[in-house]
Amino acid sequence: MAEALRFHYEVDGDNFTSAGAASVEVKRKLRQLGFDAELIRRVSIAMYEGEINMVVHARGGSADVYVDKDCVTIILADRGPGIPDIDLAMQEGYSTAPDNIRALGFGAGMGLPNMKRYTDEMKIETVLKQGTTVTMKVYINHTKQTEKGTSEEGK
Amino acid sequence: MKQYKHSVSLDLEKCKGCTNCLKRCPTEAIRIRDGHAVINSDVCIDCGECIRRCPYQAKKANFDHFEDIDDKRYRIALPAPSFYGQFVDLDDVDYVLQGLLDIGFDDVFEVARAAEIITEYTRRYMREENIGYPVINSACPAVVRLITLRFPYLCDHVIPMMPPIELAGKIAREEALKKHPELKPEDVAVVFISPCPAKASYVKNGFLGEKSHVDYVVSMSDIYFKLISVMKKNVAPKAVSQSGMIGMSWASTGGEASALFNDKYLAADGIENVIHVLDEIETGHFPMLQFVELNACPGGCVGGVATVENPYIARVRLQALRRYLPVSQNRLEKDDSEGYPEEILFPKDLEYRPVGKFDEDLTTAMQKMSEIEGLAASLPALDCGSCGAPTCRAFAEDVVLGGRSIDECIVYMRERIQTLVKCPGEE
Ligand SMILES: Nc1ncnc2c1ncn2[C@@H]1O[C@H](COP(=O)(O)OP(=O)(O)OP(=O)(O)O)[C@@H](O)[C@H]1O
Ligand code: SF4
Ligand code: SF4
Ligand code: SF4
Ligand SMILES: [Mg+2]
Repeated sequence: MAEALRFHYEVDGDNFTSAGAASVEVKRKLRQLGFDAELIRRVSIAMYEGEINMVVHARGGSADVYVDKDCVTIILADRGPGIPDIDLAMQEGYSTAPDNIRALGFGAGMGLPNMKRYTDEMKIETVLKQGTTVTMKVYINHTKQTEKGTSEEGK
Repeated sequence: MKQYKHSVSLDLEKCKGCTNCLKRCPTEAIRIRDGHAVINSDVCIDCGECIRRCPYQAKKANFDHFEDIDDKRYRIALPAPSFYGQFVDLDDVDYVLQGLLDIGFDDVFEVARAAEIITEYTRRYMREENIGYPVINSACPAVVRLITLRFPYLCDHVIPMMPPIELAGKIAREEALKKHPELKPEDVAVVFISPCPAKASYVKNGFLGEKSHVDYVVSMSDIYFKLISVMKKNVAPKAVSQSGMIGMSWASTGGEASALFNDKYLAADGIENVIHVLDEIETGHFPMLQFVELNACPGGCVGGVATVENPYIARVRLQALRRYLPVSQNRLEKDDSEGYPEEILFPKDLEYRPVGKFDEDLTTAMQKMSEIEGLAASLPALDCGSCGAPTCRAFAEDVVLGGRSIDECIVYMRERIQTLVKCPGEE
């Protein structure tokens, strides 16, 4: 049996224009591995949202993606400010994004809820002033019943 | 799978193996083998980028030739709207249409007319409920092919409406048969005057299993040079254009989208930008957009590789030509107030046909990926192209999947030679 594949990315917090690049790279690899469209979409949306969050709210961090035969695991770790109230942050529409970020179309407060919706498991570990680690899993083969999202729900 | 027929090919004699095209192919379809470029036809989308990049004119677009079309047939010219932007000091499209008749075409049907009808139906489509936003245009065959090869989730965002060239071909033939009842359908030759090889491939391959209504595709530059010698300013043309501002504006980027009177649109041109936008849409970004117009060529079809004029100049000329035209000259019949005629809809759904899967079996695919990752990490990451692959990463894939030898990496070889040479002396 092949061991898990691991892909590692540094997500640059100072370069907003490259935000989202790691998710595009992961999408490409999942395609090459022959996964179906739905799984690829779920992984890439969840990872994209998490990656953007690291750039917007935590000045960057790192992304590790593991693929084994059962599951795709995404671990996003940053050394940002941490999330004071996870339940609040998880609410749709809750956002602390500054105005300049909102002007770009972010800040709807839909990122974390979407990450939860598109993955099978999601865990947030956070320590104030030290950082946040988000771990998400998407299982292969038993696709969770998500509403087949249009882009509208996508963000 | 049926082999896809392409319209971009290589002139072996001229190719120097210089690697310019290699690096710019958006689908990494090119490799250098035995000193010259080779195109992988499974992944080439006929975007023409390599033609644009080759300093030696070794890449060429293949078209039909006007002379080869039997002149006993009733030959109808279908000029693309971008054609009108090619001429210096043109103040009336009628001169171009007359010129086409003068070089031997029996009739002319402007693709811009069909574009105006498609615009009307697109507006209707955009008012429908339950459509997946953003809707993506279907007019550029290079983009549509790219989506079917690489963007599984976007296939059903592409508007299921045939491109104007198809509707134009159909109406042109029907009108000709009506005008000349003595003609049989096969006596008519519908000839598209194309800005690009992508349209030629589109016609050659048919679309979604249906044969195209267009019979021949000739190059815009070819017809341009024939035309300028016959176009006379002093003789008033008899031909009369029947297209309006909207039809003409399809020639350049943003024209198709802006005609929808819906301001939630984005228009991107140039294949790299297009890929970037598609990636973002697939990831669910751009929630506010309703329509996305994508064109593989810089500036839109005026930037096609078979055009003559610089796209920006062509665009300005088109703007001047449009100025005194009615907004649109082709509208739907009064009683056509809902639904769509069958012939303008896709005959079946656009299907995702992935290429580049490492293996059908996931475990094997993962093993290969792991080998590739390992190898890629050990390569110099210079992307120098000497091995014949566009990037070190692509070379690693070629080694693992395509049986290429690692020795073709000159940097790797140099290091190996150095260690071989050093070893004895080190003792
Ligand atoms: N990595 C993180 N570090 C610190 N705070 C975070 C992090 N991720 C999210 N948050 C906090 O949680 C809030 C909600 O996040 P969420 O992704 O749902 O919305 P958003 O990023 O503000 O807007 P959107 O994702 O819709 O553009 C954020 O506004 C921010 O306060
Ligand atoms: S650009 Fe490509 S086709 Fe042109 S000479 Fe160089 S390798 Fe050959
Ligand atoms: S036409 Fe486009 S896709 Fe095909 S080989 Fe050239 S650059 Fe690549
Ligand atoms: S943008 Fe227009 S000219 Fe360029 S490939 Fe697409 S259809 Fe052809
Ligand atoms: Mg967010």
